[in-house]
Amino acid sequence: MHVAILGNGIAGTTVARHLRKRDPDVRITLISGESTYHYSRPALMYIYMGHLRYQDTKPYEDHFWSDNRIALKRGWVTRIDTAGRTLHFEDGGSMAWDRLVLATGSQPNRFGWPGQDLDRVHGLYSLQHLVSLERMTPQLQHAVIVGGGLIGIELAEMLHTRHIPVTMLVRERSYWDNVLPAEEAQMVSRAIHAEGIDLRLQTELSAIHDDGHGGAGAVSTSQGDRIPCQFVGLTAGVRPNLKAVEGSGIETARGILVDWQLRTSADGVFAAGDCAELRTPEGERNVIQQVWYTGRFQGEVCAENVLGGTQDYVKRTWFNSAKFLDIEYQVYGDVPNLPHDGQHNLYWEHESGRKSLRIVHDGHTVLGFNLMGIRYRHDVCERWIEAGASIDDVLPKLGDANFDPEFHARHEGQIRAALFEQLEATR
Amino acid sequence: MTVTDPDVALFEELRPTAAQTFEAGQHKSLPVYFAWAAVNAGVVLLLFFGITGSASGWWPLLAITTLLGGGGAATAWLLYKDSTPGIKNHGVWFSGLNRRGWAGWIAGIGMTAFYCVLYWWKDGWGTHPLHGGVAILEPLSQLLRGGPSDKWFLYGFAYTLAVLVFGVRMAMKYRHSRYHLIRTGSVAFFQLGFAFLLPGLLKQFSQAEFYFSYFWPLKPEYLLPFSIGWTIDGGSLGRAMILWGALASFVAVPLLTYRFGKRWYCSWVCGCGGLAETLGDPWRQLSDKSERAWRIERWMIHSVLVLIVFVTGLLWIHEALGRPWWSDGGQAMYYKTYGFLIGAAFSGVIGVGFYPIMGSRVWCRFGCPQAAILGLFQRFFSRFRITTNGGQCISCGNCSTYCEMGIDVRAYAQKERNIVRASCVGCGVCAAVCPRGVLKLEGGERTDRFEGADAPLHDMLRAMGVLREDYDR
Repeated sequence: MHVAILGNGIAGTTVARHLRKRDPDVRITLISGESTYHYSRPALMYIYMGHLRYQDTKPYEDHFWSDNRIALKRGWVTRIDTAGRTLHFEDGGSMAWDRLVLATGSQPNRFGWPGQDLDRVHGLYSLQHLVSLERMTPQLQHAVIVGGGLIGIELAEMLHTRHIPVTMLVRERSYWDNVLPAEEAQMVSRAIHAEGIDLRLQTELSAIHDDGHGGAGAVSTSQGDRIPCQFVGLTAGVRPNLKAVEGSGIETARGILVDWQLRTSADGVFAAGDCAELRTPEGERNVIQQVWYTGRFQGEVCAENVLGGTQDYVKRTWFNSAKFLDIEYQVYGDVPNLPHDGQHNLYWEHESGRKSLRIVHDGHTVLGFNLMGIRYRHDVCERWIEAGASIDDVLPKLGDANFDPEFHARHEGQIRAALFEQLEATR
Repeated sequence: MTVTDPDVALFEELRPTAAQTFEAGQHKSLPVYFAWAAVNAGVVLLLFFGITGSASGWWPLLAITTLLGGGGAATAWLLYKDSTPGIKNHGVWFSGLNRRGWAGWIAGIGMTAFYCVLYWWKDGWGTHPLHGGVAILEPLSQLLRGGPSDKWFLYGFAYTLAVLVFGVRMAMKYRHSRYHLIRTGSVAFFQLGFAFLLPGLLKQFSQAEFYFSYFWPLKPEYLLPFSIGWTIDGGSLGRAMILWGALASFVAVPLLTYRFGKRWYCSWVCGCGGLAETLGDPWRQLSDKSERAWRIERWMIHSVLVLIVFVTGLLWIHEALGRPWWSDGGQAMYYKTYGFLIGAAFSGVIGVGFYPIMGSRVWCRFGCPQAAILGLFQRFFSRFRITTNGGQCISCGNCSTYCEMGIDVRAYAQKERNIVRASCVGCGVCAAVCPRGVLKLEGGERTDRFEGADAPLHDMLRAMGVLREDYDR
């Protein structure tokens, strides 16, 4: 059996690895137009900043793929023939398959802004984006970043290391406050300002203006400002990349529609990672998960099912982590930006304004943790949340969860006292 | 099988422009750095050509110490003071000095040349190039040691100064992390006190020059019959020194390594480690992370250990038999073979001289028999591990890249496995550079270290190439 996997990001690569773990004989081809070898997408920023070389972002040595008999094919797929079970490539070639896995990832959102297709207007998602940014860097006097998400702040930090002044246009009242609760969002906003980055809140992009040569020359904002710039970074979220499946007849909505065993509407075709949209019962919003970890988990389930399994993808207790300039961020469980009905927040912030802990609970049970500048143990937090531990039991034991390096200042005593006081006040 | 990766070539092609835009207006204090580097070069030339050979009094020493030490520390402070505390490895791979560019090669050749001259300059070749430096240190040697300065005193002085100056740099760079501040303080303390001042004072009191922070088998002389002779001759203090060394080798090593891992020595006490953690830090990313390098490492470091155990045993048998083979108790044989090959060529010339080429821990990783013993304890009988925090690794590669011992840390972290490797010196930089805070150095129960991993021996045999199987299970 020949399994062709379209996309060598974390989802596609995980499928390939787990196919080989489960079956020594299956023929595996990992296809990508983007890069010859799998690299770590979240590490793109470190290449630009000079922390890493491109080769350092490859999680496996080159010989790994031949050692594990995973064939690598470089090329862009232009057409998928599901009836004839064939892939057609841009260079005219084709490839037959018995099972196909679509792991095509995401692409940056474009919301129909005037000028959005000019030169030097793009996101930071692929290797090609990074190469393009590197090539234009010598001519950049000023850059504008549109959108306040995780990639936006990374892009700002990157340009900052090359001394390119940056203006960030963020629709929200403070940075990423559609995800982060107000205090954390303000903490990040302060850090952005402190770094000397021009953060314009409650400001949207109106149009991108041509510099007269088909490239970005300036932007106008919803506040009526005109900002000259040579690069516009689009970081207002991502959406599934559907380019390769166009015209294939595979059912899509926002993403490639799959059931919870990651099967698409076409026989023998699966999808995993950012590009997959999990169907839910009538009335519920379909699920698209676009982080590194979920790509990996979906990849494992997908490999099992490609080989005939019937394993459902089960959403794990949510977690994520990121770094906003120098401030580390971790979230475990359910921490919405605004508490849902019946949810309560306990919040402690360090006097430096660069560390905080938030615990969400429902009056009794712990639902989630949000951490800024403090590290907590994944397994401990997950166990508390999954066991439905009570807030009264968890507060005295917070120290067990601390994952900060040895000798670092511990604040659990202070945190416990402050949060108990808040808890009493709500009762 | 070598496969060339076109994407690697593409980024290599982009690098010069990247470096240019990065360096344009990089540090306002960069001129200060270059001024300090120029002063350094001047001083080295001065010493090398013995121009100050007739210097007397304190002022040349004070002037040079202020220029090199004070200037260096001030430069380190200026370079980092304007950036917010946190990991700022900006431009490391753009810098020729740090990425094995021509500046790196010049630095490597220069440092190697220094060691060659130090170890192997013959009397018949004319005035010793380090003659000037030795003369400058005369007043300090008289004060500290009550005797004339020599090239080894110059070496010890320069070594200590480097640890202190680059210790300031290290502390500034990692000032957000108390682990690194305290650890850097520790290596500076042990170098200055135990490896420079104390040995000097001992000499003052007519004792053998004894380094309290080194013991057998890193300093094999401390347990060899001929040298025990000269230490015992020094009286009761001499016997105390032997006792100290024996206690350190056979009691402290197992006990402290069980509790803390080999880091208690390798990145907190040891002088070689101290230099690597300070002067060597700018080059830590040059260590080879490949599986091939790991295989070579296992064979080499354990071969050196076997060799020194053999040599030590041989010399003691020789002593017990009444010295039948070498009239001097084997001293000449030892210095000509083990001392030359391992002590001078490997630990000095290659170990430090090659910092800018192969990274800062070549000796510690491939040669040091002390590290080999500590590593065996760490791997089999220690509570130490680096914990991976759940499934949060994003495989970015910062941990592996900045591991000075060439451990592919990411290979474990991305599989949610703890890192329990013999070679890990516990410097803690992987945990500091991780952008997701996934790694933590810690103790704990000895038995749960390998959760989700294989038994220790299995991994080691695989690493040595005895067991062959797919890397990714």
